[in-house]
Amino acid sequence: MLDGEPCNILENEFVKPGKGQAFSRVKIRKLISGKVIEKTFKSGDSVEGADVMDTDLAYLYTDGEFWHFMNNETFEQIAADEKAVGENVKWLVENDTCTITLWNGAPIVVQPANFVELEITETDPGLKGDTAGTGGKPATLSSGAVVRVPLFVQKGEVVRVDTRNGEYVSRAQK
Amino acid sequence: MRSENWRPSASIKVLKERALVLQKIRLFFAQRDVLEVDTPILSYASVTDEHLHSFSTQFKHPFSPQTSILYLQTSPEFAMKRLLSAGSGPIYQIGKSFRNEEAGRFHNPEFTMLEWYRPGFNHLQLMTEIDELMQMVLDCDAAERVTYQDIFKQHLGCCPLTASLSDIKILANQYGYDELTANENNIDTLLMLLFSQHIEPKIGQVRPCFVMDFPASQAALAKISPTNPLVAERFELYFKGIELANGFHELTDGPEQLRRFEQDNVKRQNMGLDIMPIDSNFMAAIRFGLPACSGVALGVDRLLMLALSCSKIDQVIAFENSRA
Repeated sequence: MLDGEPCNILENEFVKPGKGQAFSRVKIRKLISGKVIEKTFKSGDSVEGADVMDTDLAYLYTDGEFWHFMNNETFEQIAADEKAVGENVKWLVENDTCTITLWNGAPIVVQPANFVELEITETDPGLKGDTAGTGGKPATLSSGAVVRVPLFVQKGEVVRVDTRNGEYVSRAQK
Repeated sequence: MRSENWRPSASIKVLKERALVLQKIRLFFAQRDVLEVDTPILSYASVTDEHLHSFSTQFKHPFSPQTSILYLQTSPEFAMKRLLSAGSGPIYQIGKSFRNEEAGRFHNPEFTMLEWYRPGFNHLQLMTEIDELMQMVLDCDAAERVTYQDIFKQHLGCCPLTASLSDIKILANQYGYDELTANENNIDTLLMLLFSQHIEPKIGQVRPCFVMDFPASQAALAKISPTNPLVAERFELYFKGIELANGFHELTDGPEQLRRFEQDNVKRQNMGLDIMPIDSNFMAAIRFGLPACSGVALGVDRLLMLALSCSKIDQVIAFENSRA
């Protein structure tokens, strides 16, 4: 918690002179305002932890303004706005489970699964017979995400992608 | 998820370069008749410095029901000084040192340290020798030398030796550290913050830079200057934003050394840290007589980062901590 807002640590650089005090230079995103700020703390200093709760919900659909999720056990539904979904919108797959962070009952962060499977909607045909996977080519996925895939992967195929770095992992296991 | 963790964090190419640099360093000292030594990593005592955190483990002796605490050394300094007292002459060591609570772009909890001592040298003479080693390994220009006071004044417009705590707080607040300064009453903590964040990144960009004459309050194991009691005969070497080495014209005064260790433990107590046992073997050696000498500790992994243009320490060590 900083200035009354729950925050997410984006980067934390450890700074320490050989003979001296250690500091953490932290890049923080304020989850409500979306502001990214830098702060320096003395190592060992503490701040109030945010009283947030993570819950696993299935993604249902979007109406353009909100993204709707459902608890598969209680069938309770929750709508997250654009700020909460953010850039992760490109990894939302219907019926996939996402981790939703709730603060005071309202969703503030939507985190997709580490791996998602999406269909390629557009990519260059690439070279036949290339199995070494050198270089690769861009491919657009059904969710709108663009990832680099090996040349042998074609339009219409479903691929597995690591959402943490946006990298192609493999073809989807059928 | 990280099934690739068996792989080294450094490339094999880098590891070959690393071996070559270590060979060069050993040749450098062989040509100067400096003896390579190998002192214990596990010791019954460790540093009292409140900013250094030792790892500890337990030793079960096969003939004794008791266990003893052994500390992993944060540097080989005490054992090497015992060798100097015993008449070793000039010595160097390349070995592993261990520091708990340190990990990051420039830190790994275990790292390779090059430490050497030159009886009869003052710190200025030792700086010249370090400079020669730098030029040999990095093929860089000769280093420049500045005093802590001058470089601080030049970049932050304030004298670090005579400024009061409130002067330094006002200065730190200008850089946006209001929250940090609000509860901080240790002037050295604030000086270290300002120095590491607003001076270090700017010095030694073209050629290595020695910063010397640190404030006496940050003397560690260095002599206080005979001409200016506000500064210690301590220096640090920086190059391209990396703190590479720390050296002293070594304190040889036993009672003064004991007083500093005891002061460290008072600070530890005030900070809620464990009191560290004072190394009685080291104290006995310094009382017996540590020859006038200068010594320096240099981070070999960081030297390799510079030699090979790597941005993270992980890239120059075979297996960084999370893969260890």
